Amino acid sequence: MSEPLIFETGQPGRANTYFPNGRSADEFLPSSMLRDELPLPDNSELGVVRHFTRLSQQTFSIDTGFYPLGSCTMKYNPRINEAMASQPGFKELHPYAPDHLAQGALRVMYELERSLSAIFGMSAFSLNPAAGAHAELTALLIAKAYFAKIGEGATRTTVIVPDTAHGTNPASAAMVGYKVVSLQSDARGRVGLAELKAAIGDDTAVCMMTNPNTLGLFEDQIHEIAEAVHAVGGLMYYDGANANALMGNARPGDMGFDLMHLNLHKTFSIPHGGGGAGHGPVGVAERLVPFLPVPIVTLDDAGTYHLEGERPDAIGTMRSFWSNFAHAVRALTYIYANGGEGLTRVSQLAVLNANYVRAKVKEFLPTPYDETCRHEFVATAADLKRETGVRALDIAKALLDRGYHAPTIYFPLLVPECLMIEPTETESKETLDAFVEALRDVVETARRDPQAIVDAPVNTVVGRIDETRAARQPDLRWVPEAVS
Amino acid sequence: MLAVVGVSSLEELVRVPDAVAIGAPLAIPAGLPETELARKISGYAKANTAVDFTSFLGAGAYRHYCPPVVMSLAMRGEFLTAYTPYQAEVSQGYLQAIYEWQTYVCLLTGLDIANASVYDGATALAEGAIMAVNATGRRAILVSRAVHPNYRAVLRTYARGLDLDVEELPVAADGTTDFANLEARLADKRFAAVVVQSPNFFGAIDAPEPSVRAAVKATGTVLIGVVAEALSLAALATPASWGAEIAVGEGQSFGNPVAYGGPYVGFIASTKEHMRRIPGRLVGRSLDNRGNPAFTLTLQAREQHIRREKATSNICTNQAHCALVATIYLAAVGASGLRRAAVLNLERTNALAERVCAIDGFSRAFSAPVFNEVAIRVPAALGASRLLEELEKRAILGGVDLGRWYPEFAGCVLMNATEMTTNADIDALCAALADVVGSLGESAALHV
Repeated sequence: MSEPLIFETGQPGRANTYFPNGRSADEFLPSSMLRDELPLPDNSELGVVRHFTRLSQQTFSIDTGFYPLGSCTMKYNPRINEAMASQPGFKELHPYAPDHLAQGALRVMYELERSLSAIFGMSAFSLNPAAGAHAELTALLIAKAYFAKIGEGATRTTVIVPDTAHGTNPASAAMVGYKVVSLQSDARGRVGLAELKAAIGDDTAVCMMTNPNTLGLFEDQIHEIAEAVHAVGGLMYYDGANANALMGNARPGDMGFDLMHLNLHKTFSIPHGGGGAGHGPVGVAERLVPFLPVPIVTLDDAGTYHLEGERPDAIGTMRSFWSNFAHAVRALTYIYANGGEGLTRVSQLAVLNANYVRAKVKEFLPTPYDETCRHEFVATAADLKRETGVRALDIAKALLDRGYHAPTIYFPLLVPECLMIEPTETESKETLDAFVEALRDVVETARRDPQAIVDAPVNTVVGRIDETRAARQPDLRWVPEAVS
Repeated sequence: MLAVVGVSSLEELVRVPDAVAIGAPLAIPAGLPETELARKISGYAKANTAVDFTSFLGAGAYRHYCPPVVMSLAMRGEFLTAYTPYQAEVSQGYLQAIYEWQTYVCLLTGLDIANASVYDGATALAEGAIMAVNATGRRAILVSRAVHPNYRAVLRTYARGLDLDVEELPVAADGTTDFANLEARLADKRFAAVVVQSPNFFGAIDAPEPSVRAAVKATGTVLIGVVAEALSLAALATPASWGAEIAVGEGQSFGNPVAYGGPYVGFIASTKEHMRRIPGRLVGRSLDNRGNPAFTLTLQAREQHIRREKATSNICTNQAHCALVATIYLAAVGASGLRRAAVLNLERTNALAERVCAIDGFSRAFSAPVFNEVAIRVPAALGASRLLEELEKRAILGGVDLGRWYPEFAGCVLMNATEMTTNADIDALCAALADVVGSLGESAALHV
């Protein structure tokens, strides 16, 4: 059942009367400044409601099902967050409102910043970056400014990135002109101290790591790794994509990280919205605070909050306006709902759920690096592929048929036919059990009738899509017939 | 569950080496039940008293009417709580909505292709500039000083990362970009792009003349058109029509609230030639294995999760939900509604300028025609910041002080009017201005 495009359903005269019928644009501007036509459709409001309601029904979401998507932290998004963020006092507040008339908003930003600094052991956070990758770029610009300031700008040219790192890490490094040195994981699935020491030196600007790493393993030598990087004058960067494993248990600041980012849309329950908007605060150790992007929020002795834009060493600003503010409201609401103990519990249960699923999944799929994991773990379909021809991709598609979202697949890159599973803390034991049984059914079916899995999905609105055709004959927009 | 895992307690499960273990419980107050939580956070919202003022603030963030149907659809849980649509078979609805957004951006800008979104208008400009650098192999950008100051600031931040030069074109007396020396500056083919915003930061329509376009094209430079007020696209000549190969901008005006600066939705559109240089996600239409049309993320070989350090950008999460809001807004309002809204913006802003300039001592700072913002020179005896303070005392936010970014335009206030601005709002502003000027006269008289 395919839904027509909005451009194919409209008819002239179906306009909705949202605005009074005023004058004509050419009464105000010469026609040379005006466009000739505006080839957009007019649809009735009912038509629009049906169209987008149907589109929503063809969209998998946390609200409709379980999302075991590794490194994405698809936890429940509490609706109190939405109610708080959509209040007129926040929603209708203009970014150029004077500080003394925006004290509530500045307080939200200030208290969120203080809370994040406490939870992760950093001196200060900037709420400026819009998402994780944007935050990585911000942090690397901070590193670059710091090295320039201490006279090492010309010599610090490389960034160390483990092979388990998210793809944004090397891409962000390239946007700051840093050369990327990839570090192979050791036999324990971690950064090996000896390999690291061989890779770092006077040219090392930053070592980017996530802990737990994308195999779900805690980098238990992190203290020694940080010491080694610091000994050669480099900075340690913490990719906060996996921060949901840590709260109340360990802090990047205590591990020796100088820079970090968070994905508030992962750990702090902001809805992913189909791919954003996110929110990616950047935290720093004390000596890097002067380089944070502007503006930052300060609190004076009289109890008044200020948006401070004049800071001589700041790297500049990263976006049009101060922050993805509505998300700051959501994140602060989440923090105050849970409190310190609640957040600690969140991370403990996230780790418990992951280990529970791992213990059950390893009955029928190998889990390499077989030890207690943190918030996520990886399984591999390499044996299954050898025996039956069924790949990780096929398993993913067969799970869709059974009402589940697929795990992250083919990542991290070092595990062949990888399935990366992160259940999050908000799922019940019943949901986890049912998911494990669905996955077991897929694997057993693969052994019995591999073609049934290779043909999946069959219960979805469309079958597997011809990606090659999509890339070779790009159709990226609807074209009006008169033009085509 | 602990037994299945084989541990006796949660603490045992999450244990880390002593050297990095947390020393104390988190210094965050105890969790609140929802009744108390709502009271607390609502209190913060109520402390933002600016929302009760009559406002003429614009400058890159615009208050527009959003029909209730837009949020009622966008806030459906299926949209709100979906992940990036990597699993296309169960994400056809969202993928189609993004494809429709890409189409809307193309139709509005007049260009061939558009991406799924970037963070906001300023980062769209930075990413557009990087596209031009990659297309030309040149490492400098020439940007009009009439481009939004924050956009230029972000461009400079990104440029520092990549060691690009950023130079500026001056503002002419009429409030548009001064292109007088353009040909000479472009002659050595050093610039990857010339960046022009229309309507520009002063509200002035700043589409370059054909001679300017010709000079840019003749030197193989890319013309980047910036649109900070997307609603203007409903009335004004498209960036494509004035020669932009790349159009970047801010889509906040389409249904997204001002929300103290974010989240908003940046867009990037370009000619076909730049297709493989465009950053971020693209949705394409293909066929499924049953021969039916189906949507999927495509041309992913440009992106960070495939190309890592060789990607066109590091962007991953974008602003999908804000783009969805904009798409639903455009669908509901339609061509007819969009045109009406745009004309109302022209009408209200012209009325605002006329009424304010009828008051002694106030005049238009620039003569160029405007869309929905106008720069007003205020009486020298008052000055812009004092005037704005006095208006605040009368529950009016009169606009932004241009002296904040442009010392040469100190004494000017940038005022915005949209379809939300009523005659009563303009009456209140004019009464307040007359009152402020009057009291200035009195206090001056008192000092004699």
